[in-house]
Amino acid sequence: MFYRECGVLKETYAKDMAIFPIPLDRWGLGVMLVLAFVVIPFTASDYWLSSIMLPFYCFSLAALGLNFLTGYAGQVSIGHAAFMAVGAYSSLILYGRYGVPLPLSIFGGGIFASAAGTIFGIPSLRIKGFYLAVSTLAAQFIIEWVLTHWQWVSGGVFGTIDAPDMYIFGWIIDTPVKKYYLVLCVLTLLTVFGKNLVRGQLGRNWTAIRDMDVAAEIIGVSLFRNKLIAFAVSSFYAGVAGSLITFTYYLAANIEEFNLFLSFHLLGMIIIGGMGTVLGSFFGAGFMTLLPIFINQTLLTIMERVPSDIRANSEAIVFGGLIVFFLIVEPYGMARLWQTIKEKMRLWPFPY
Amino acid sequence: MNQETEPLLRVEEISITFGGLKALNGVSLEVYPGEVMAIIGPNGAGKTTMLNVINGVYTPDEGRIFFEGRERPLKMKPHHVAAMGISRTFQNLALFRGMTTLGNILVGRSQKMHSNFFSQGIYWGLSEKEEVEHREAVEWIIDFLEIENIRKQPAGMLPYGLQKRVELGRALAAEPKLLLLDEPMAGMNLEEKEDIARFVLDANEELNYTIALIEHDMGVVMDICDRIVVLDFGNKIAEGTPEEIKKNPKVIQAYLGTAGG
Repeated sequence: MFYRECGVLKETYAKDMAIFPIPLDRWGLGVMLVLAFVVIPFTASDYWLSSIMLPFYCFSLAALGLNFLTGYAGQVSIGHAAFMAVGAYSSLILYGRYGVPLPLSIFGGGIFASAAGTIFGIPSLRIKGFYLAVSTLAAQFIIEWVLTHWQWVSGGVFGTIDAPDMYIFGWIIDTPVKKYYLVLCVLTLLTVFGKNLVRGQLGRNWTAIRDMDVAAEIIGVSLFRNKLIAFAVSSFYAGVAGSLITFTYYLAANIEEFNLFLSFHLLGMIIIGGMGTVLGSFFGAGFMTLLPIFINQTLLTIMERVPSDIRANSEAIVFGGLIVFFLIVEPYGMARLWQTIKEKMRLWPFPY
Repeated sequence: MNQETEPLLRVEEISITFGGLKALNGVSLEVYPGEVMAIIGPNGAGKTTMLNVINGVYTPDEGRIFFEGRERPLKMKPHHVAAMGISRTFQNLALFRGMTTLGNILVGRSQKMHSNFFSQGIYWGLSEKEEVEHREAVEWIIDFLEIENIRKQPAGMLPYGLQKRVELGRALAAEPKLLLLDEPMAGMNLEEKEDIARFVLDANEELNYTIALIEHDMGVVMDICDRIVVLDFGNKIAEGTPEEIKKNPKVIQAYLGTAGG
């Protein structure tokens, strides 16, 4: 009744191809932006901002990047944590050692990650599916090894660099609110950019490659070019995410944070959130980062006297159970669930 | 068809072997501008292999390929062949199942889109203009194929006959100089076949496309084609107008077998 295309009369193709053709969607997005930019920073506590929202945003960005590659272009990667690490280390080195301005350092971290991703994406031209997954696994191990053993990078053998204080044009970014805005601005810009990419020609080429690569090439889509662009864009996003999370949340680049487990975690995010959707990356990152905290807090209140190790285990059990539950209810992820709700809303309350 | 004109496509003495099996054995054929040409033959005759050679999916062992009078290298990436102006549909449906009808047909135009990466990301300037421009062209094709009502449905959910039609649309969207159709009517009922036959003829007569198609339904082939090439076990056994082919003893033998054999 309230959410529908009916009555939205599009007179030009440009209007039909607008990013959000339905007015309610535009309103919804506006509300979300106001919430993110105004309400949350002024109402949430410092703990919420720095320990919950920051990692949520950073992982959303990383998941979005992985979604371009795996969800849209259909190339599985289980080396994305390593690309985040490349972004983290290179931006810290650029900023800390060479005094490159912060925005350029973060961007530069993305560029270095993008270069690494493109190199490890070259095997995708010959192999696909599980075989490609294994070759990206190699990327994970090789990059981890290089970052821990190349002394010039970390200055030692433990592979840790502390993040210096952040200044943007002489203005220090120290409080959680300032960090929150920094991350949110980058996230918003890159999300808009990415959404435009996937709804345009590049996104169509990616989807074509995912669905039927031989046909795509005969129709005129260059596999070489589009797959490598997918790897480059995807690892650029991962690199920026890695750089942001290191500057604002971890406060030190440490290879332990970017291990294989995180790669699987990111893959889990896009599978639960919804492959091949921008929105799904946010749902998935939210699910994987916010839900454990939520479960923990709930368990804490209902099982106050239970020893903490049992509580930790029951958190894992509940979390795992919810993942299985969601995937059974909607194998295509939470974004599809959202889509279904919207479809229902179009007919509600008279679903004849 | 005037045989004196320069052929649009000429393949000469193409041979290709798959692990000891000679799929094509010195086959030559020509496609002349403006005609509807059919390649027919029993199963395993090498028809689809021939299309794959033309498209660059397979590199033949020997032979020469000329397009618009110029020789092209035997080994060539399929998307470069597409850029030359050869488009194609597939025997088994090869739509991009997760995309809408619109999206599928738009991919057909990807050779014609040139806005750069950053322009696409900002969706401003050339990129937006281009998207709208190509959308118009695609809408024209959707009109032509009478599939307006399914333009925003995911291609994977469409019934078989419509999927075939969308695939034809995707090939047409490239505005090719040569359109290759691999069994465009396979598995269809009479009505659907008639629809596709009409679209093929319209594309040929109204839009002046040159078409080479593979088809098993002899009735349709005899009705809509100007010229027919018959393959059998990788060899060309006959070539000519439908009337000539109908009377050719070799063709009858290939299709019906020898008496008592």
